Amino acid sequence: MKLFNKKNILSFLAVLIIYAIAGFFINTGFIDSYIFLNIVLIGINIILAVSLNLITGFTGQFSLGHAAFMSIGAYTAGILTAKLDQPFWIGIAGAALFASFAGIIIGIPTLRLKGDYLAIATLGFAEIVKIIGLNTEYIGGATGLNDIPRYTTWTWLYFCVVATVLFISNFVKSYKGRACIAIGEDEIAAEAMGVNTTYYKVLAFTLGAFFAGIAGALYANYFYFLKPDSFGFMKSIDILVIVVFGGMGSIKGSIAGAILLSVISLFLQGIPELRMVVYSLILFLIMVYRPQGIMGKSDFKFFKKRGVVNVYHQSK
Amino acid sequence: MHLGKLFLNASLNFDWGDKMEQLIQQFVNGVSLGSIYALIALGYTMVYGIIKLINFAHGDIYMIGAYIGFALTTFLHVGFFPALIISMLLCALLGVLIEKVAYKPVRNSTRIAALITAISVSLFLEYGMMYFVKAETRTFPELLPNKQISILNTNAVLDIKNLYIIFVTISLMLILQYIIYKTKVGKSMRAVSLDRDAAQLMGIDMNKTISYTFAIGSALAGAAGVLVGTYYNSINPLMGVVPGLKAFVAAVIGGIGIIPGAVLGGFFLGMTETMVSAFGGSLYKDAVAFAVLILVLLAKPNGLLGRNIKEKV
Repeated sequence: MKLFNKKNILSFLAVLIIYAIAGFFINTGFIDSYIFLNIVLIGINIILAVSLNLITGFTGQFSLGHAAFMSIGAYTAGILTAKLDQPFWIGIAGAALFASFAGIIIGIPTLRLKGDYLAIATLGFAEIVKIIGLNTEYIGGATGLNDIPRYTTWTWLYFCVVATVLFISNFVKSYKGRACIAIGEDEIAAEAMGVNTTYYKVLAFTLGAFFAGIAGALYANYFYFLKPDSFGFMKSIDILVIVVFGGMGSIKGSIAGAILLSVISLFLQGIPELRMVVYSLILFLIMVYRPQGIMGKSDFKFFKKRGVVNVYHQSK
Repeated sequence: MHLGKLFLNASLNFDWGDKMEQLIQQFVNGVSLGSIYALIALGYTMVYGIIKLINFAHGDIYMIGAYIGFALTTFLHVGFFPALIISMLLCALLGVLIEKVAYKPVRNSTRIAALITAISVSLFLEYGMMYFVKAETRTFPELLPNKQISILNTNAVLDIKNLYIIFVTISLMLILQYIIYKTKVGKSMRAVSLDRDAAQLMGIDMNKTISYTFAIGSALAGAAGVLVGTYYNSINPLMGVVPGLKAFVAAVIGGIGIIPGAVLGGFFLGMTETMVSAFGGSLYKDAVAFAVLILVLLAKPNGLLGRNIKEKV
């Protein structure tokens, strides 16, 4: 496949045009800081959901600890930019590296487990990370880490999101990505076909953690302030809900899910006492009436010729 | 977390001089905490054994059990045992209702969809309760005599409440054992958990069995709620989250789906946590619980009492 085909050029132009238009609106003040805050949240959620989709949707490894990688990334970036006065790109790189390192450390022992057991082991690891965070004085313990410089701008956010989506959607089409999808479809069959399952599971886990770390860095450098409690069990669940709502193994679904759920929770801000009750009802109705998610069955493509079948979604 | 009160007492009073007395004291505390975990873990493990669902709402049924107990004793001035039994009955009804309304429609969808449904039910119960009873902590009335007995003429004391907790837990477990092994309902539950399709072919009513499982599991959670309320005297709408998670951990440690495993896991976890707090690690007690879980899973992926089942292609 050529690099400069019609589809890629169109996508590239679309990416630049969206960037320029939104950047123009932000600079002229048409998008105020409240809307921008929500855009930042949506962007961070897209990165988290797409990276968790690689682990859970494509590779089929049920993880309930994605928020832990985000917190490791957020704290790394917080320490690098606030305490060590490093520039933002070092913060992001450090966050991604530390989070992916944690992904390897956590992945190698736990990925021997399957299904619900893996879920509960990753949940346990996430809780351990949170408790260590709560009891470490250097990063502020339970009171949290303050005075992180605000470096996250529209440019950083947008290009981090684009890089994540681009990387993961290309990864799942690569040789290694197909191995991951094979594991997600049937682990025993994949192993019988000669796929080194442990290697690819750890690889998917590490890549997912890498991007969660980037999301954490963006979060830390936008909100000034970090608390271990914000990366608890519920945060991991929120990310998982986006992935399932969007459709497992659908990157466009994850993006749409992140945007839709953020908009829903934005509207629910109006009824603070009943917010969570309504949210839980919406969640319940989605799971009952559309358990495959909004894009679970057909991953429609904007610039794709008709009649070409998307192989890995057919068997799901 | 009010369960922490116990640990705080334990770690403050620690003195190396009377190590033995402290050990006995911690043993008593560990057994009480373990009984609570075991009661909640039983419900988790039974539901998981039957429909392979991590019922995240189980911890919230325990919370509602505590609130029912609170309402009965505070407003209707009912005694301890009647409150316990009414709360168990109402929780059983609630459990059946939840299963019929929420879990039945997703019974045939993917595991992950069922899990998120369970989480949505859990959030609904927590925040629905918070809306009705407000978020503040309520104080449970004193129901049991506040008497302390010293053990073996040492300074270690046995609160009469500990005795009640242990007594109620053990009797409930004996009743459960009777139901599971001596009655028809128990037999059908065991059959369904062994092989769902074969059980249905043998004429077992699947829906009825699942309902009974939810009823029994939820009743046990409701009992745990009342016991915790009387023991620690304070309840709030989010009290079910952490014990629910811990009880699930206990069920997994023992081998999920296996009833003696839940009891073993519950006592094991309660004891480990109490001992860790007593020896100065109270800040890390939750981390230790999860670390123990991961270690157990790595050594025995199916839990302490779980059998290793070979996967067939």
